[in-house]
Amino acid sequence: MGAVKKIKSDTSKNLSNTRKIPDAAELKKLYRNMLLIRRFEEKAGQLYGMGLIGGFCHLYIGQEAIVTGIQSVQEPQDTVITTYRDHGHMLACGMDAKGVMAELTGRSGGYSRGKGGSMHMFSSEARFYGGHGIVGASGALGTGLAFAHQYSGDKGVTLAYMGDGAANQGQTFECMNMAALWKLPVVYVIENNQYGMGTSASRHAAGELWKRGEAFGIPGEKVDGSDVLEVQAVARQVLDHVRSGKGPYVLEMNTYRFRGHSMSDPGKYRTKEELEKAKAERDPLEKLKAIMVGEAGFKEGDFDAFEKEVKVIVNESAEFAQQSPEPHPDELWTDVLIPVKE
Amino acid sequence: MATNILMPALSPTMTEGKLAKWTKKEGDKVKPGEVIAEIETDKATMEVEAVDSGIIGKILVPAGTEAVAVNTPIAVLVEAGESVTEIPSALMACGRPNLAADAPAAVVATAAAAGSAGAALANRDILYAQGQVIPPPVFDEGLYKQNTQTMTVREALRAAMSEEMRRDEAVHILGEEVAQYNGAYKITQGMLDEFGPKRVIDTPITEHGFAGMAVGAAFRGLKPIVEFMTMNFSMQAIDHIINSAAKTLYMAGGQLGCPIVFRGPNGAASRVAAQHSQCYASWYGHIPGLKVVAPWSAADAKGLMKAAIRDPNPVVVLENEIMYGQSFECPANDDFIVPIGRARIEREGTDVTITAFSIMVGKALQAADKLAEMGINAEVINLRTIRPLDTYTIVESVKKTNRIISVEEGWPYAGIGSEIAALINQHAFDYLDAPVLRVCSKDVPLPYAANLEKLAIPQVDDIVAAAREACNR
Repeated sequence: MGAVKKIKSDTSKNLSNTRKIPDAAELKKLYRNMLLIRRFEEKAGQLYGMGLIGGFCHLYIGQEAIVTGIQSVQEPQDTVITTYRDHGHMLACGMDAKGVMAELTGRSGGYSRGKGGSMHMFSSEARFYGGHGIVGASGALGTGLAFAHQYSGDKGVTLAYMGDGAANQGQTFECMNMAALWKLPVVYVIENNQYGMGTSASRHAAGELWKRGEAFGIPGEKVDGSDVLEVQAVARQVLDHVRSGKGPYVLEMNTYRFRGHSMSDPGKYRTKEELEKAKAERDPLEKLKAIMVGEAGFKEGDFDAFEKEVKVIVNESAEFAQQSPEPHPDELWTDVLIPVKE
Repeated sequence: MATNILMPALSPTMTEGKLAKWTKKEGDKVKPGEVIAEIETDKATMEVEAVDSGIIGKILVPAGTEAVAVNTPIAVLVEAGESVTEIPSALMACGRPNLAADAPAAVVATAAAAGSAGAALANRDILYAQGQVIPPPVFDEGLYKQNTQTMTVREALRAAMSEEMRRDEAVHILGEEVAQYNGAYKITQGMLDEFGPKRVIDTPITEHGFAGMAVGAAFRGLKPIVEFMTMNFSMQAIDHIINSAAKTLYMAGGQLGCPIVFRGPNGAASRVAAQHSQCYASWYGHIPGLKVVAPWSAADAKGLMKAAIRDPNPVVVLENEIMYGQSFECPANDDFIVPIGRARIEREGTDVTITAFSIMVGKALQAADKLAEMGINAEVINLRTIRPLDTYTIVESVKKTNRIISVEEGWPYAGIGSEIAALINQHAFDYLDAPVLRVCSKDVPLPYAANLEKLAIPQVDDIVAAAREACNR
């Protein structure tokens, strides 16, 4: 740690020896949290298909291990910010599935009372700072959250998530420069799902993404983002490093999204074979399940129980999201400005 | 229980599509995520995936059917052992719901500061947003006349920031050359010595990055003052000023405020040509979620800057380089705060109203002196705030003078003067004895040559000429 590692494979060799199989309770928690995201997103896709969710809707299916693994080793004061592919992050932060789903349907029970939608949700209580629709914004705003951690001395770390597309934005480099200069407690998590919308990383990014901070002396790691235990092991060490005041870190999470960029993406830029191969080999849920069955004694019936538990949460959220009324017309005018006492 | 699989909407605008192909047949088992059909829209062919697991009990719409409306049942999904005759009669509720009076409470608590929907209708900002003309915030400036001192606009800005930084630990300033260099225009001179490098921060020349960073810090409750060396460079950062700072409170349903100040010299300085000479009043004044102030005198500068720092919302402070060195009598009290949203009548008059802001206030006052020599008694209004504009004070003035000209350094097209003309048209049309006139910079990039620069920017004589035209004299 501390220097940029030269890694060739998907899995970071220098940290792999720290990967260990956690106890049954932890395994169950990781699996269940990933499953909640998966089923929630499938339900969101369904509601979108029914016309209940409008506009843009970007699903996290295939990438669940990343936020689940990192969140499992965070401390309560840490802050999280991400892009518009944000439903999974919110659930991982402990935000209520009902409030998230109701925001997707644009109802008053949503986290933003129906005024933000899929891409713009926040919960200062859950220390989740959005939900940002502009590619690259989460890196800069996340650097500011980290600035606030340092300013207040609360020992918090900011997880600033972004996609492979954002890793090319000018502001990303501007902020890495400042974060390195001032040793800000921020981890830039680049979720490389291989496509910036429809343009493959090989066509949009020169160099490797885990080296994006190299010019500023920021260490980087490339991590198998489909292996939640690998993500967890790396995140634990990286968070310690950053929390101890040694400055920012870049993590490239090698992942793959199983759905389109947004709901209206016909996906013609990748082959069916590529997608099927990824689903077969890189499904975070299947990979963890194989370990749980093979090495931790879980039975098939255990997974039925997880499904059942998650299904209740997701169905309740969908029910709530349809029953919750639309925002009152007066809400059009509220929240533009915070009133000032005269 | 059997459930209907509905024709999905595959884009925000899709209303119908062709069911091109079934990839599953009746009796096939399906799992969530499995492709069951292909649908053609006018834009693309897309795959439909199963959401729930089950067995395709019956296909209701055969492959090749054109113009299948969104939400039409296309198949029935049953569980093992279930009969297909149990086709659900009712579709899942969809479309726009009714506004139930006994609506379940929102699952999230909203910030107390944002107020509830009902109470907010009494809120001044909402009335402004709805275009209502309401009296400005109460402010008795005369109370501060007893204790004043002569200071430059530069000193007034510095005093305001320093007083607020002494008062509130969350306030800090960042920008290019604000610390060790003591400020490119010396606004922050000495502040590094007093407050130290934690709170007076030199940044790299990366406006987009440091503005975005400061907005993120404000989301966590810090109160950054972002200095742009000139407002021209804020164009590099305008995405964060508008998309991140101005819109987040609304998009967050009131949960997340952004108490931040963006400040710097605005408009033309002297012979720095087109890229360094632009007025942003109209640009930022356009944005709901921002407040915009434009001080002219030292009192304006001190009082508005303090108001901007204490305001829980993002505020843009448009300063003026030429004004920095000019001296005025300025209230010395620490509690002298000019409320945002209130204009100041600098000179009372009866014949014509002249509105102006920033450096143009001084030129308007000079023009008023010249007009007085011609027997025209002009009323000069210093707008002080661009957004929310003090429409009330302007309208009341026009009711008295029946004539108005607007003076600004920005361009005419979609400028502040255009907005004032529209507002007067709406709220004081019957009082007008002459068309509303605008005095603006000429509609060209600002030239470098001294003579052309002077021609491009509004001068005292331009204001005099416009006022005479309005008065038909």
